[in-house]
Amino acid sequence: MRINRLKEKAMQGVFFLTAITSIAAVVIICIFLFYNGVPAMAKIGFGEFLGGQQWSPRNVPASYGIFNMIIGSIYVTAGALVIGVPIGILTAVFLARFCPKSLYKVLKPATELLAGIPSIVYGFFGLMVIVPFIREHFGGSGSSLLAASIVLGIMILPTIIGISESALRAVPESYYEGALALGATKERSVFKTILPASKSGVLAGVVLGIGRAIGETMAVVLIEGNQVQIPASLTDGVRTLTANIVLEMGYSTGLHREALIATGVVLFVFILLITLSMQAIKSRSEKHNG
Amino acid sequence: MDKFTIEDMNLYYGKFHALKNVSLNMQENKITAFIGPSGCGKSTLLKSLNRMNDLVEGCKITGSLKLDGEDIYGNMDVNVLRKRVGMVFQKANPFPMSVYDNIAFGPRTHGIKNKKQLDEIVEQSLRDAAIWDELKDRLKKSALGLSGGQQQRLCIARALAVKPEVLLMDEATSALDPISTGKIEELCLKLKKDYTIVMVTHNMQQALRISDYTAFFLLGEMIEYNDTDTIFSSPKEKKTEEYITGRFG
Repeated sequence: MRINRLKEKAMQGVFFLTAITSIAAVVIICIFLFYNGVPAMAKIGFGEFLGGQQWSPRNVPASYGIFNMIIGSIYVTAGALVIGVPIGILTAVFLARFCPKSLYKVLKPATELLAGIPSIVYGFFGLMVIVPFIREHFGGSGSSLLAASIVLGIMILPTIIGISESALRAVPESYYEGALALGATKERSVFKTILPASKSGVLAGVVLGIGRAIGETMAVVLIEGNQVQIPASLTDGVRTLTANIVLEMGYSTGLHREALIATGVVLFVFILLITLSMQAIKSRSEKHNG
Repeated sequence: MDKFTIEDMNLYYGKFHALKNVSLNMQENKITAFIGPSGCGKSTLLKSLNRMNDLVEGCKITGSLKLDGEDIYGNMDVNVLRKRVGMVFQKANPFPMSVYDNIAFGPRTHGIKNKKQLDEIVEQSLRDAAIWDELKDRLKKSALGLSGGQQQRLCIARALAVKPEVLLMDEATSALDPISTGKIEELCLKLKKDYTIVMVTHNMQQALRISDYTAFFLLGEMIEYNDTDTIFSSPKEKKTEEYITGRFG
């Protein structure tokens, strides 16, 4: 008996330790970022840092304004959503309700494979296929907001498809049958009853997609041109927060380095907001169903 | 007049022979009840009448089923069939939207967009389902917040809103309390003036109370079909008698 109880206690300790590891990781990252980033922001001036349109760390005196990069990240993410959300949701609807079984066996793993491709490979694909295509057909250098949006739009597809599909499958079949029994076509039954009923799950997928898009680095850095500017058109270059960090971290020192970490803080806050809205959606849908 | 004419119908789910040589006619503006133990095929037959069985994989039907002399499994558009033959399910299945939108779903499906016209249909359908007084102040509220009995009457109203000719009821009161059940039975008696009603029920008292004709099913065969009084007072078949007196089932 006593040995059993001891064993149980020991196992409890092990589970507690493993659980605490991931939490500790988040907390430590948080502390590291804010500890290194916030003082730099203070030194530069919060308004100057967040609202400044001039990023020239090598000038004397240097200026560290990341406003253009914040806008860049938002534009690129919005572009990815415009492309990824309709395709993703419609694909999920197709997989969940219309796809013949034999085709499903091919399509489903294919969408999952999309999630497994390393982001640098997406970057190559963008660089070799999409950038030249844009250069030839729309002008400019090709490395642009549009190129980044297209590639990111593809990259967020597996997230949106996967989560939306399971949300669609969780809708009670009785809604579908009820609509059919009223003489509605299959399409109408799906789009007017099943899809609306799954909207909180679908929304969760979209929010996760936003998180993935805004945090993506390696793919976009290859194809977005990286000019520090607010793009005036889709074919203009753009620089995201993530790209800013990865491009300059290697050679930065002193305040420049700290300013890059502070850029990471801003990114972190974005992700935090996304996670919080995700939680809000979840709790709202639970309340709704319960 | 005969609403449904079924002749030599056989139905298979894959290899399973679920209905065997069923032939019966169901009359207009009457209530026909299907009774029998679980798995006897009565729900299967009901779902064949509006082709909801099409959703079941491997379902195959032979013989003829006719609605007003028209072959249900022939050239008839299945969506038109289901508009003409409405259905109320065992478990109330209101859509997760407002009471109003639930009722308006059917009419909108069939092309009615005019707000005033929809308002009228919603009110009339709720009145016909004897639930207008209870719901008129909460038309914009979610239908999922209603009680089980209200939800089921809402589903009846939703079925009535597309102006069907027939109402199929698949054990529509089996999940409800006696008071709600009573209300729905009363409603059925009122509705048969305008509609043909076919119901599946496990409750023999219910069949006796409200149906005009009763068909008794056992293991996929229709054992006996007659007017309800005859079935319950002097059944011809021994199996029918055993079932209604509660010796099995």
